[in-house]
Amino acid sequence: MGLRELLNGVRWGVHPHDDHKRPAADVPLRVMPLPARLCVPLLQHVGAPALPVVAVGERVLRGQLIAAAQGNVSAPVHAPSSGVISAIGEVTAPHPSGLPFSAITIELDGKDEAGEPLTPQVDPFSLAPAEVSQRIADAGIVGLGGATFPSAPKAQLGLKLSVHTLIINGGECEPYLSSDDSVMRVRADEVIDGVRILMHATGATKALVGIEDNKPEATAAMRKAAEGFASIEIRPVPARYPMGSDRQLVQVLTGKEVPSGARTASIGVLVNNVSTCAAIHRAVRVGEPLYRRIVTVNGGAVAQPGNVLAPIGVLIEDLLRFVGLKETPARLVMGGPMMGVALPHAQVPTVKGCGGILALTAGEITDTAPSACIRCGSCVKACPMGLLPLELSAHIHAGEYDKAEAKGLDDCLACGCCAYVCPSHVPLVQTFYHAKGEVWKRAQQKKRTEFTKSLAQARKERLEREARERVEAAARRKAERAAQQAAAQQAATSASANTAGGASA
Amino acid sequence: MILQTVASPHARAGESVSVVMLKVVATLVPATVYGFWLFGSPAFWLWLITIASALAGEAVCLRWAGRDPVPLLKDGSALLTGWLLALSLPPWAPWWIGVVGGLFATTLGKQVFGGLGNNLFNPAMIARIALLVSFPVQMTYWVVPAGAPGLLDGLLITLGHIPVPDAMSSATLLGHAKTDLARGVDLLHTELPGHAFNWVGARVGSLGETSTWLIAAGGVALLTMRIITWHVPVAMLAAIAVPAAIGHAVDPARYIDWTTHLMSGGAMLGAFFIATDYVTSPSTRAGQVVFGLGCGLLTWVIRTYGGYPEGVAFAVLLMNALTPAIDRLIKPRVYGRTFTGKPASVQKGKSK
Ligand code: SF4
Ligand code: SF4
Repeated sequence: MGLRELLNGVRWGVHPHDDHKRPAADVPLRVMPLPARLCVPLLQHVGAPALPVVAVGERVLRGQLIAAAQGNVSAPVHAPSSGVISAIGEVTAPHPSGLPFSAITIELDGKDEAGEPLTPQVDPFSLAPAEVSQRIADAGIVGLGGATFPSAPKAQLGLKLSVHTLIINGGECEPYLSSDDSVMRVRADEVIDGVRILMHATGATKALVGIEDNKPEATAAMRKAAEGFASIEIRPVPARYPMGSDRQLVQVLTGKEVPSGARTASIGVLVNNVSTCAAIHRAVRVGEPLYRRIVTVNGGAVAQPGNVLAPIGVLIEDLLRFVGLKETPARLVMGGPMMGVALPHAQVPTVKGCGGILALTAGEITDTAPSACIRCGSCVKACPMGLLPLELSAHIHAGEYDKAEAKGLDDCLACGCCAYVCPSHVPLVQTFYHAKGEVWKRAQQKKRTEFTKSLAQARKERLEREARERVEAAARRKAERAAQQAAAQQAATSASANTAGGASA
Repeated sequence: MILQTVASPHARAGESVSVVMLKVVATLVPATVYGFWLFGSPAFWLWLITIASALAGEAVCLRWAGRDPVPLLKDGSALLTGWLLALSLPPWAPWWIGVVGGLFATTLGKQVFGGLGNNLFNPAMIARIALLVSFPVQMTYWVVPAGAPGLLDGLLITLGHIPVPDAMSSATLLGHAKTDLARGVDLLHTELPGHAFNWVGARVGSLGETSTWLIAAGGVALLTMRIITWHVPVAMLAAIAVPAAIGHAVDPARYIDWTTHLMSGGAMLGAFFIATDYVTSPSTRAGQVVFGLGCGLLTWVIRTYGGYPEGVAFAVLLMNALTPAIDRLIKPRVYGRTFTGKPASVQKGKSK
């Protein structure tokens, strides 16, 4: 532990020496010209995929609803530009498996004709919080930091649980990425306005904006924009991965920990990303749905790395053509190098949660064959959750999933710090991904067996009850009969007694 | 198990096991070279033989297990083991001490447990103890650092063709103190063979122990390179120094002072290079402090009350045996959970 960590109390995480953020972070934001075609995915958020409301051959305008939210945790999808729907079907998902998922393909006409704005212009602070949430929901806003949880249900949850503090995530701790940085630099006012709107929607009385201290320009711009709003505080935080993780940011900014298995709302805070706040501003003030975002395109293979304002659903190959390639990338990654997913090829569209596309050279991805764990403890020191990755991994390899769970497998953020530092290149986080899936599968299996068991149990109980009832009914009938007979007998005897009495009287 | 071959992270810190091991070896070079200069070429030959034997032992075991030894030897762990063992041997020990020790270290000390990462005990130290117990005479035969013989003469000495002149041998400082105490001579009236604060390290001892300052400098280099953390060395040195200082203050005739303790024997080598061995020490910071304290305290106890003048190797091995228990008992608190591992209770409460 160095002095720096000792001073600011952050002992976890990793600090990549070269975070590769510059020069991409410093070149001015570019707007990508419209491509010929967009493939807008229907599932760009956690929850149920959106339901298409347009048909093939139909012409759509920019901002027009093309797929509606399905269920509570879902978000609608809007057309990023004007054109004709050419297909509604499957395209490759941004996932290493290369599996398909549904998307609406639009052949753009290049006119970029805008549709009606979503909502009339009124002061958002005169609206009821529920109404503000509705506008956020209608615009299809989801968490742009990568978690892609729909923002409206989150705000409603915050209101219900009466959160007092909004934590605004300007951490952007992944190396290479600078899209949030860029949003804060060029749209600080929008971010701050979005924060205020979100405070209104959630009922929070305070907002803390955490910005990593390697983004001085963003901090300065945000400070300026937040001037005059006493309830919004800009707080530099140490640049350390994974500072952008909700739990870690909450800990650094409030000194509190989110209990294991609970949501941040359980301690009265709600975390939202800065880009999400800017999108909320646009949604509520202008009625502009979320159909474009700033994407960092970076990596050693990129000729002109930088931040690009691109329509959602643009194919990675079009995006790469725009920034140019110096060489054939050895790997394409959506997201940052720590948690991003490798892409099977470049014919994959971007999604709302995509803050960066990396075209990495062979030199940047050092894939070495794993060797034996030398118990160096680096993974333990790096883990932001206080887990023992080497031990978890050993349990999982021994098939002891229950032990791994008992030791906090569920608490693992899958942040990759452990695998990043491991000198033996043990695939730690990869093992945890696998184990989480396995545990989930087993839990499902168990649920199913229990359900079957409970059905069987219910049937058994029913049969037993019926049998018992039959026996009881028989017994009752018998008893009734017996009672009747007894009554009859008694009647007879008393009658005879009466006779006898009469006789005696 | 199926693992995605291209799962995140897509970047690495870049330090491989071999780089770590080679960095450790590099920090040992100054002290080693200085040892050669002090004790002459026999020390060099013994060093070479010990390392070669350690590598050979590792290679044979790997081959036996049906694995290709070449890439695995490159991880540098066998080299480091042999090197550390060589540094802890009497510099003029005969060649077969190096051979037996080197082979023992990597075969019975490491590979029988399943190779790198699986051994319970520090291979170099277990080999040293095995040698000490089996060949007490050769393992306590120390030479006075003077009149270093030439390369060839040195080789002949190591091979046992030239007898070592008796006049050149002496006990180490700790050994001398031990014998005198046993004979009833108290430490105030004994003639210690060269004080421990002899800056240049020109005194009797193993190849790597007299140049205490260079070893400590190597340790500091490891700290700055962040290959080791302060927890083990500081805890260990403190746990030697504190009881030693107290003992000496109470009864200087019976207890050696703390500076001598720290500067002699394998204290420095042990604290920075042996007790910090990744494989055989606990993996948490708190566990490492406990481990270091145990190593230091046991070293002092063995040196002061035990039958051997030197306690580092025994102390480290004893604590190695406790490492699994320490790892089981001392764990970091998981974020959002209590120390017992239960999820922390949800307390809301409006803040500020
Ligand atoms: S165990 Fe999980 S939370 Fe801890 S460093 Fe590894 S991936 Fe991150
Ligand atoms: S970082 Fe790798 S080698 Fe070190 S203890 Fe963890 S798993 Fe083992």
